[in-house]
Amino acid sequence: MKEKKSLGYEYLKGLWEVNPVFKQVLGMCPALAVTVSVMNGLAMALATTFVLVFSSLLISFIRKLIPNQVRIAAFIVIIATFVTIADLVMKAKFPELSKALGPFVPLIVVNCIILGRAEAFASKNSPFRSLIDALGNGTGFLIALVVMGGIREIIGSRTLLGYQVLPNGFEPWLIMILPAGAFLTLGLLMGLANFYVDRKNRIEKQELVQKYRKTPDSVEIKGQEA
Amino acid sequence: MELFIIFLSAAIVNNFVLSLFLGICPFLGVSNKTSSAVSMGMAVTFVMVLTSIVSWILFFVILVPYKIEFLQIPSFILVIASLVQFVEMVIKKVSQPLYRALGIFLPLITTNCAILGLALLLSMREYSLIQSVIFGLGAGVGFTMALFIMAGIREELELTDVPKPFRGVPITLITAGLLALAFMGFAGMI
Repeated sequence: MKEKKSLGYEYLKGLWEVNPVFKQVLGMCPALAVTVSVMNGLAMALATTFVLVFSSLLISFIRKLIPNQVRIAAFIVIIATFVTIADLVMKAKFPELSKALGPFVPLIVVNCIILGRAEAFASKNSPFRSLIDALGNGTGFLIALVVMGGIREIIGSRTLLGYQVLPNGFEPWLIMILPAGAFLTLGLLMGLANFYVDRKNRIEKQELVQKYRKTPDSVEIKGQEA
Repeated sequence: MELFIIFLSAAIVNNFVLSLFLGICPFLGVSNKTSSAVSMGMAVTFVMVLTSIVSWILFFVILVPYKIEFLQIPSFILVIASLVQFVEMVIKKVSQPLYRALGIFLPLITTNCAILGLALLLSMREYSLIQSVIFGLGAGVGFTMALFIMAGIREELELTDVPKPFRGVPITLITAGLLALAFMGFAGMI
């Protein structure tokens, strides 16, 4: 087994390093479908995080009781229970929001992030670590959804959280709040994320080369970079 | 006529993948080759038609009369999971060639949100049994079509010079965006 990582790392890795949407390409359906506005994205991400945290915690507590052969079925039943709770609470407390999200609240049950974390992390680690991991992944999902919702809402309907932020002279791009806009936004964001990571890796590599080459003939390094 | 409209609406106008965002994972994962795209589409269509029948019976004959609709999510997902398992076993026994063609895709279908989404939508819209079956068939055909078109584009895309950060998933998403734009042309049809 790998060595124990610090708790801070378990939390932070979900934010960027293994961000569920941008890096692992999990949970794409809700990420694309509900991010018409920041509010919808936020609500969806919070509901997903709720389910993720509690199902990870419960699965981690009873991980030694679940026989290996039926673990997937057991995970799904646990997840479905929490999704039902989230769905009913949303219907009762925030009816408009629940209507706007449509079938995507019940569909949290087949969100690959949750089953993925249950299978890859919660079934092998202590409850506390699973909790931290679930919170990290949930926050990563939240960041992705809010960023996407923000971009689409500002450009598509000139508002942010319902308040107008762009002047009336700006013609809203209708496409951004239509399905096509979701695909385009996510594609461009992922491309940007890849570009950033590539550049960072290249700079790090360059620094490493410079560190280990104490000789003054640094002229060669330039040639190596290409 | 009404049935035809349901079919057309599910297959083209409100295409599951391109306008409802259901089943994006297989759409991105299995759209590399047209042959596997067609196999996956057929497997999904088959399971969708079965699911529409089974979940309709489950919801309107068992859950609604006994007023236990709140069990909808767990019962649907369990029924779908066991249905997929059952279909896999039957196909394995009955037809080996079909099993080899569809086999590896069947387990993936359980966590495909298009299937559960179909079951939820038909209970939400209160379709009759026949309408549900047509709806499931239309959704499956629409899914297959989207997957097939996408796979065709991606096969060509392999040969093009895409900027490095955009290779793989990002360019696929952008292509899907353009495809969704094209499908918007059908919006006024119904």
